[in-house]
Amino acid sequence: MAFQVILKRPESLTQREFTYCPGCTHGIIHRIIAEVIDELGIREKTIAVAPIGCSVFAYQFFNTDATVAAHGRAPAVATGMKRARPDLYVFTYQGDGDLAAIGTAEIVHAANRGEKITTIFVNNAIYGMTGGQMAPTTLLGMKTTTTPYGRKADNDGYPLHVAEIIKEARGVAFLARTKVNTPQDVQKTKKAIKKAFLAQIKGLGFGMVEVLSTCPTNWGIDPVSALKWLEEHMVPEYPLGVFVDKVGDEQ
Amino acid sequence: MLMGQILSLAGMFEGKHVTWMPSYGPEMRGGTANCTVVVSDEEVASPVTSQAEVIVAMNIPSLLKFEKAVTPGGYLFINQSVVDREPTRIDINIVKVPCNDIADALGNLKVANMVMLGAVVEKTKVVSLDSIFMALEKKLTGGKASLIEVNKEAIKKGMEAAK
Amino acid sequence: MAERVLVKGTEAIGEAAIRAGCRLFFGYPITPQNELPEYMSKRMPEVGGTFLQTESEVATINMVYGAACTGTRVMTSTSSPGFSLMQEGISYMACAQLPAVLVNVVRGGPGLGDIQPSQGDYWQATKGGGHGDYKLIVLAPSTVQEAVDLTVLAFDLADKYRTPVVIIADGVIGQMMEPVTFPEFRNLNTLPKHDDWALTGANGREKHIVVSFDIDPHVLEKMNLEIVEKLRKIEANEKRWEEYKLEDAEIVITAFGTVGRIAKSVVEQARKEGIKAGLFRPITLWPFPYERLEEISKGKKLILDVEMNMGQMLEDVKLAVKDHARIEFYGRMGGVVPTPDEIFEALKKFLNV
Repeated sequence: MAFQVILKRPESLTQREFTYCPGCTHGIIHRIIAEVIDELGIREKTIAVAPIGCSVFAYQFFNTDATVAAHGRAPAVATGMKRARPDLYVFTYQGDGDLAAIGTAEIVHAANRGEKITTIFVNNAIYGMTGGQMAPTTLLGMKTTTTPYGRKADNDGYPLHVAEIIKEARGVAFLARTKVNTPQDVQKTKKAIKKAFLAQIKGLGFGMVEVLSTCPTNWGIDPVSALKWLEEHMVPEYPLGVFVDKVGDEQ
Repeated sequence: MLMGQILSLAGMFEGKHVTWMPSYGPEMRGGTANCTVVVSDEEVASPVTSQAEVIVAMNIPSLLKFEKAVTPGGYLFINQSVVDREPTRIDINIVKVPCNDIADALGNLKVANMVMLGAVVEKTKVVSLDSIFMALEKKLTGGKASLIEVNKEAIKKGMEAAK
Repeated sequence: MAERVLVKGTEAIGEAAIRAGCRLFFGYPITPQNELPEYMSKRMPEVGGTFLQTESEVATINMVYGAACTGTRVMTSTSSPGFSLMQEGISYMACAQLPAVLVNVVRGGPGLGDIQPSQGDYWQATKGGGHGDYKLIVLAPSTVQEAVDLTVLAFDLADKYRTPVVIIADGVIGQMMEPVTFPEFRNLNTLPKHDDWALTGANGREKHIVVSFDIDPHVLEKMNLEIVEKLRKIEANEKRWEEYKLEDAEIVITAFGTVGRIAKSVVEQARKEGIKAGLFRPITLWPFPYERLEEISKGKKLILDVEMNMGQMLEDVKLAVKDHARIEFYGRMGGVVPTPDEIFEALKKFLNV
């Protein structure tokens, strides 16, 4: 009997093993981005811009040309690349500390300019690399290393709804919020990511997917509970959906 | 400012070394502005100076600020239409020109500065009238080209007034 | 011979950049350098280039970083507070070894300061400015023509050494008009392509990575050493300065940029009164021409350093001169431009005449 390959490592991932914690969903998101790049056949024309945060190492994992931007500045770096080389495809991969705190100016203006870049925004409601501090997206009442009594609105403000803010920018061509805690949702996220790339490829404007993600290590729970916690706590705060879609269905 | 640029440009056409240095900032947005022009046969070292051989005061604040900066024996040009007070120096040449009145008579108040430029060229001979006209044609292009004639006229009137 | 034109310093720098093959400009408004981005916004579309007004200087420098990653000639300009905001990005670029040209039209500081001419960013430009071990090539023009020539040189040096190059000017150089001759347009096909490292898509080759980062201290130290080696090469090859009437001089004025030309008038004035003065004007503030200044200072009566700051280059003058001659300093701050008379008075005071 002949063997047939039905599942293999995407070409757009390097051979390097992920260094993420057990149960962290960065790995899944990396993989589906790589699959999308493979399927679109753009690996040899793509530049990845990694952020500062746990996923700083994304520059090693994607098998494309890559850089690491200063904290929060990935959309500016991507803008510089795209303006220099409009023939290339540029995507940023950013966490919630990077994009939603220090980098709010850059993401808002890149979206508003309709910058032809793609942003994957991974929202796990906490700072990972620096040790579990409060993020702008941390839920009310949620305990972190800088909100030991739980996040309180009167001191810390409210969870930041990034997709809802970005959707007001007229340069946005595709915008969705998805999650990756079930196989079905992973497939939905992959489709959204593909559209966010197509928005760029078709020259329609800025594309972004906010992906609700887990951080079992800093949430202090096991990976399976983390998937459940995402569903029960994050989804009510951050409603899923497609906010902008100028790409359409034909792909 | 434009007067200074025309003068610098004319100097450049004559193969001289020139610099035009403006005051800038809030002054540009409606206050009084000034510029320093150096026209020289030699390379211009300092573009700033505490004294000048020729000072042009188009208004009272400029007169008050710069009268003391005229080198002894130098020229102080005063826009008589606007400046209603007398300078105090007696060791310099004072030339009064009713720039606004002459410009008004030409039907364009904006050329008052060119009237003054004519007077400066007449008295100091720093550059030739031909060079000034050349500079004017270089500077006023496109939609502004139609203003060349009235500017030339203003310069000529200024020269007459200073004779 | 090419045509001589009367242009403002800021616009001259912009046109020179375009002639040098730069087709990308990112910038944020700040006085006194706005004429440069304004010029670029008009000129770039004419030559098929891109001008982008950004949301901040922080975004600007990171766009410059991104563009430089692709090996494309890119430029920005700003003034002192904006230059401060850019420092983090500049440090990243220095570490990632990215070529770019940065113009700083320095204004009075510290703080919000004012918008008048100053040389208060000498330290910020030459001593690092951002975090970590690095230096930038810093060029200081003193005339509009020199600003043109140094802009072209800046792009070539940036590409040659893979480093950001700073052109440090001030409101005098930026705002004044002087006649200049522009060089011919560089053929864009002849510009360095940086095929060996630039991010241009991993088409038929291994992926390229441009980062200012490594988690392993030994690897990062290697990256550091590579930069240090490059800086030593720049020090050995790229020092530039002007000597003016130094042959018989007993007094040496040291000054750069705008003050460097004002000081020429002082030299003339002094010589008229029988004081044998000359001028030493560094053109590269980094690498600073220490050796030449040391040689010149031997046996001199007085070295008078003049700056529009509290004595920033003075530290390098002292390092160069050592104890070969007496060193004095005259400086103005807050955006005050010293006149030749004022400097000459200071000189006479130091000489007791």
